[in-house]
Amino acid sequence: MFDINLFGLFGQLLVGLINGSFYALLSLGLAIIFGLLKIINFAQGALYMLGAFIAFLALEYLGINYWAALIIVPITVGLVGIMMERFLIRPIANEDHLYSLLLTFGLALIIQGAFTHMFGSSGLSYAIPEELKGGNRLPFMYLPNYRAWIIVASVLVCFGTWYMIEKTKLGAYLRAGTENPQLMQAFGINVPLIVTLTFGFGVALAGFAGVMAAPVYSVSPDMGSNILIVVFAIVVIGGMGSIGGSILTGLGMGVVEGLTKYFYPEASTTVIFLVMVIVLLLKPAGLFGKEA
Amino acid sequence: MNNLKLNIFLLALALLAPAVLYPVFLAKVLCFALFACAFNLLLGFVGLLSFGHAAFLGTGGYITGYLMINSGLTPEIAILLGTLAGAALGAIFGKLAVKREGIYFAMVTLALAQLVFFIYLQAPFTNGEDGMQGVPRGHAFGALDLSDNLVMYYFVLAIFVFGYWLINRTVHSPFGQILKAIRDNEDRATSLGYDVNRYKWIAFVISAALAALAGSTKTLVFQLASLTDVHWHMSGEVILMTLVGGVGTIFGPVLGAGFIVTMQNYLSGGELGNYIHIIMGVVFVVCVLSFRSGIVGQLIKFKRNNFS
Repeated sequence: MFDINLFGLFGQLLVGLINGSFYALLSLGLAIIFGLLKIINFAQGALYMLGAFIAFLALEYLGINYWAALIIVPITVGLVGIMMERFLIRPIANEDHLYSLLLTFGLALIIQGAFTHMFGSSGLSYAIPEELKGGNRLPFMYLPNYRAWIIVASVLVCFGTWYMIEKTKLGAYLRAGTENPQLMQAFGINVPLIVTLTFGFGVALAGFAGVMAAPVYSVSPDMGSNILIVVFAIVVIGGMGSIGGSILTGLGMGVVEGLTKYFYPEASTTVIFLVMVIVLLLKPAGLFGKEA
Repeated sequence: MNNLKLNIFLLALALLAPAVLYPVFLAKVLCFALFACAFNLLLGFVGLLSFGHAAFLGTGGYITGYLMINSGLTPEIAILLGTLAGAALGAIFGKLAVKREGIYFAMVTLALAQLVFFIYLQAPFTNGEDGMQGVPRGHAFGALDLSDNLVMYYFVLAIFVFGYWLINRTVHSPFGQILKAIRDNEDRATSLGYDVNRYKWIAFVISAALAALAGSTKTLVFQLASLTDVHWHMSGEVILMTLVGGVGTIFGPVLGAGFIVTMQNYLSGGELGNYIHIIMGVVFVVCVLSFRSGIVGQLIKFKRNNFS
């Protein structure tokens, strides 16, 4: 029991932090969209998968490298999201929010179905960019450069987003739009535009996560749905009341999952759901939730 | 009175249907129809969107399958126990899920169902990816040989009629009226002194039990219990069936289930089989955008506008 293999432990912690980075990016995107539209985007996982596939196809057929993809893909996926919001979600914005949820679920089925049809369900591999190959031997573990990059880049993007929303003027508009859209409209701010752009941005985060994920996970049509359900559990754990909370919960749950993989591997796929059950019992609104 | 006539007509239709259609197909439709009706009890009459109903369908199926293979129990007892297992799981899910509302409710049920999926994936008795195959149908009440497809169909029909009747009874009971009050205005129901979460929970357990009943029956019909039944796709399918047929109508889910099962059967035979998930997604999107009241909902509107 106390004979802990440090090498293995830190290895799993690293894997946990990497998974946590993706959980954080995806739940952050969900939280931003939820803040303004009060809907959960079920297609977030499918758009994450779309991001990974666009990066893969861009490299394969157009020779667009990883670094360019890191910019181009989130923009492309963001545009897909903007079209979704503008032409599909907005027409039913005044209906029960459950309908928009079902709409995004249908879109997720279409996107995932289309890619399964075109590429089969086996995974494709995306090479790690040349600059990030290799790694460093630390005293207690081996740290591959790309993995370190994932953690650094995701944390930077997450906290950059947090800063933008909590500390800048643009973020203030966004938060005001969340609080009271009618009043904002009366002040002459184009709220529908803000809603569309916010949706696009939240979805672009998923696209960004997809590019980041392409070299470490295999690129496959069901990569999105598998991770999304876990992210939903994380959203329930953290509550969507706070942007910072969703980032911290995402990273934290990744670590919890990594530790479980080390100490009790059989439960590693279920531990996050179990944490969700415990949180629901003890603090139903979620760790960072604001509702009663 | 009109409704009674309609129900008798439909029952007669169901009794005669095997003369023209393959009994196993009809039994499949009835299983999914019961599943969708059970789901609709929550969505249509309490306003709760469960994204985890596959867990109950699958649990009923696995428990009944396990009992049929490993114990000498007769099918009706195995189905009863499968149903009770689903009800027990529903009691746990419900306790947790009613703590949250709206979109959170959907996410909690989806996550819990995924937890159940992983448990069945790893548990040795389910045979993991292969599923439980060759489940014997046995003799109902020790006398009716269910290996005959026609006998099986009438057995399923009896179960369906029971489930349908029970849902109808629930919806039109004082209890059902309270559920609808919660759906329409939860705060008011609370202020009138109703323990809202308790009512939601009871409705959830009934719905889960009936979904498990559908799953148990389905396992006997196909002699198979597999992970497909617990997968989140299945939870999505039952939502689609209900949506197509008409949320909050008694008969809508039956029609919706018939529509979707027929579509799947038709597609899986032809070259469009590969597109099945895409087509389901498109039906979803079209329904949500422009057909929110479903087939039965539209018919009711049409009747209201033209005949009264």
